[in-house]
Amino acid sequence: MEPNLATYLGLSGILFTIGCVGVVFKRNALGMFMCIELMLNAVNLTFVAFSRYYADVHGQLFVFMVMSVAAAEAAVGLGIFIAFFRNRQSIDVDTASILKN
Amino acid sequence: MVSTALFFLFAGFAIMCAISMVYHKNPLYSAISLVGVFLSLACIYLTLAAPFIAIVQILVYAGAIMVLVVFVIMLLNLDDEPNTSRLKYLYALGGGLGIVLLAQTLFVVYAVSRTPNQAIDPNVTVGNTLDIGRAMYTDYLLPVEIVGVMLLMAIVGSVVLARRLSQPQLELVIDKEEERISEEINS
Repeated sequence: MEPNLATYLGLSGILFTIGCVGVVFKRNALGMFMCIELMLNAVNLTFVAFSRYYADVHGQLFVFMVMSVAAAEAAVGLGIFIAFFRNRQSIDVDTASILKN
Repeated sequence: MVSTALFFLFAGFAIMCAISMVYHKNPLYSAISLVGVFLSLACIYLTLAAPFIAIVQILVYAGAIMVLVVFVIMLLNLDDEPNTSRLKYLYALGGGLGIVLLAQTLFVVYAVSRTPNQAIDPNVTVGNTLDIGRAMYTDYLLPVEIVGVMLLMAIVGSVVLARRLSQPQLELVIDKEEERISEEINS
């Protein structure tokens, strides 16, 4: 069976589902961050597949933009995690309840 | 034929690594599984004739971002995540979400596979670096500039966030905050 557009979309959807479920299951801020990266990658795969099947370079440029945003998100997000860990001695998202009351 | 076999090999590897990433409690194991996902996705991009994106995927994701994540895991010396009482509610929510998303995926695959297949012209290559570079510096000049400014802001922001205030500075901040609160109470 030759892989076609539907195969790539299916793989992308499965990866996105795993990432989305992981964000809910993980209690650890770094784990949630990695699941978000996985979801971004699933979307990138969709872009590249459409770019290939419609012979259009713009999809790949969009992937480039998504990767830049992911890199910026990694830098800022990990800075936030370090500041959070310094205050709470833990990176569990359940301890981030200072705004609750 | 070979590319078909390679696609299914790497697709299976990507899915297995993704599941192992969610399954493992230790963040370091999760990070290593995620590197596996990134590498197999890079190989899938190669089967889609997108060499530039494949190389950038390895450089940016598997190189830069995952090194940063592993560095933070080592720096914070994280243990396995503890079990919390909210897990039962979360399992129900996550399971429901997963079923809905899988159903949507199945629907998309079904709908796309029913449409007449667009044949790929093997002579058309859209993913080489020349085409991407040309589009990037003509049609997409403004977005590329904006991305550059955004990366600069991210650098400055992460330095500001991760900076540790020295003890006198910290006391100054705390004093100001206490003054502000007492003024609020008095007024």
